[in-house]
Amino acid sequence: MNHPLPPETAEHPLAPGQRLAEVERRELSPEALAEIRALAQRYPQRMAATLPALYVAQRDFGFLSLGAMKAVARALELPEGHVFGVATFYTMFRKAPVGKYHMQVCTNLSCALRGAAQVVKKLAERTGAVPGGGPTADGLWSIEEVECLASCGSGPCVQVNHGVYDEFLDEAALEQVLEACRKGEVPAWGEE
Amino acid sequence: MRIRTKRDPQSYTFPGYGTEAFPSLLLRGAGDLDNWKIQAYEGRHEGYQALRKALASAPAEVTEEVKRSGLRGRGGAGFPTGLKWTFMPKDTEEKKVTRYVVCNADEGEPGTFKDRAILEYNPHQLIEGMIIAGWAMQCRMGFIYVRGEFKWLVDKLDAAIQEAREQGYLGKNILGSGWDFDLLTYRGAGAYICGEETALLNSLEGRRGEPRVKPPFPAQVGAYGQPTTVNNVETFACVPPILRMGGAAFAGIGSPNNSGTRIFGISGHVKRPGLYELPMGTPLRFLVEELAGGTSSGRPIKAICPGGSSAPFLTAEDLDTPMDFDAMKAKGTMAGSGGVVVMDDSVCMVQVALRLAHFYAHESCGQCTPCREGCNWMEMILHRIEHGQGRMEDLDLLASLTPRINLRTLCPLGDAAAGPIESILKKWRPEFEHHVKTGHCLAQESHLLVGAH
Ligand SMILES: Cc1cc2nc3c(=O)[nH]c(=O)nc-3n(C[C@H](O)[C@H](O)[C@H](O)COP(=O)(O)O)c2cc1C
Ligand code: FES
Repeated sequence: MNHPLPPETAEHPLAPGQRLAEVERRELSPEALAEIRALAQRYPQRMAATLPALYVAQRDFGFLSLGAMKAVARALELPEGHVFGVATFYTMFRKAPVGKYHMQVCTNLSCALRGAAQVVKKLAERTGAVPGGGPTADGLWSIEEVECLASCGSGPCVQVNHGVYDEFLDEAALEQVLEACRKGEVPAWGEE
Repeated sequence: MRIRTKRDPQSYTFPGYGTEAFPSLLLRGAGDLDNWKIQAYEGRHEGYQALRKALASAPAEVTEEVKRSGLRGRGGAGFPTGLKWTFMPKDTEEKKVTRYVVCNADEGEPGTFKDRAILEYNPHQLIEGMIIAGWAMQCRMGFIYVRGEFKWLVDKLDAAIQEAREQGYLGKNILGSGWDFDLLTYRGAGAYICGEETALLNSLEGRRGEPRVKPPFPAQVGAYGQPTTVNNVETFACVPPILRMGGAAFAGIGSPNNSGTRIFGISGHVKRPGLYELPMGTPLRFLVEELAGGTSSGRPIKAICPGGSSAPFLTAEDLDTPMDFDAMKAKGTMAGSGGVVVMDDSVCMVQVALRLAHFYAHESCGQCTPCREGCNWMEMILHRIEHGQGRMEDLDLLASLTPRINLRTLCPLGDAAAGPIESILKKWRPEFEHHVKTGHCLAQESHLLVGAH
């Protein structure tokens, strides 16, 4: 084993030298734009709509490309720099694509004590996705280690996309989760 | 909208819960998937009676009652809630002030999972508590800041808030009092630091979740530049029972200066992990051995983290410590968030320290140098020790690092990171030395880390 330094993981908002992903699309869908315009009126100050608007754009684009962030800045009439700054601060704003089923496994202390590392390993084996490494070639799966999900007493746990957690994950429970995803019983990324 | 429909695998009760010895003030009906609705809250749990009582008395009297109860904040620091409420500036002849009340539902402290149960099963108790707080401080509006992962709970809160609005508990002229107040939820996006109250306020304003320099304190300049009070979910949930039973009766529960009940979460190597509501000051042993059934493996307990991952660690010798703010402080640790993590003797403490250091390094907002650099250095040093490349000097380097972080950072995240690491190094130093000398764990079956760490 040769690990002098902990490796940079994809969890980091933006690793040094990493560029923001770019896609062709530049504009929000009319529905998303209308939703963001409504959000701009909801709070005491327009800027407060930044986080909710980024969620809308993320759902609309699939992830927050540079174009998606610029579109949010235009819709809210806020400086682009502000929107980039916010989007890159928070881990739940994805700056790169994820799988249709994005599996977020808590590996913090309580879950680790109950076998979270083995859950990550098992998930990687069963889906072929590399933890922290982006979606599989078929676009179905991605796996990410996350910090405490407030499910410590019922860990290990996984959150698929933005759904209700699956808890007490032994091997059988994990199979059930994967099966439910394969059958389309779990809302796909961006459909929530 | 998505409301939880899956069966909840967790248990929230124990024999004797709900009797006089173990009053159930916060987890009533937990586990029942319909308990969140307003009919259940009003029908079974005396819901919104406390609000009627509050609105019939002057705002200052309500604050007095909360002061009398001795309630201390359940977010971690244990600050007296009634006193905090008095810091809010009042209206004067010349100037009307817009005041806000904010609920901290960011629950991100590893080992803590109590607020989630209140949001899931008793959201109306939180809502009622916030309306009462809003009345006591004469606030214009309240915000509930919920961590981003709890999307279904934000949906549920929105539904519950709508129910309360329809009953006239929120909105204009609440129950004929002439007072207007409403609540708005706000969803975070995955940042532990947003649990720190000033970072939370920045995030609530749509900014990066970076803590603010204090002073000014939130009671002077809070959300949107206005005087603001931030309290934890459980703190607000304690308010309706206080008004119903009276502050003095609430103060009679628990230990001196640490009144009321608290939801303790126990996790890790125990037979029956879960949430247990107990009077403050209950000995740790009762929770660990009686309720949680001791270690799941039957092996001896090696380490206990008594109040969320930011609390310095204890050992099995400390099991008789009462779980309250003062007794834990006297033991050199803190009652913190009430999340107790138990580890049996199969764990490698170097791995535990590394996992926590990784967490804090990842979650440091990066604004101030001691925290940003210090947390990263702690992780790097622990990383090389764990991976067999440590040097004996590293142990002293690590020991010299923690006091340079502690109390020198802009917000308490640095202290939260330094405390547990320092205690682990101090109490289990031979394990670190073994690692440096042999390159291996003393506890060989410890598999806490995923390859990447
Ligand atoms: C790094 C850090 C994280 C925190 N996380 C939380 C949290 O998740 N929930 C919470 O209620 N308080 C949290 N706090 C404490 C809050 O800053 C604040 O003290 C608390 O919300 C006050 O509420 P209380 O008086 O009701 O306890 C955190 C503090 C720090 C320094
Ligand atoms: S440690 Fe995994 S949910 Fe808290």
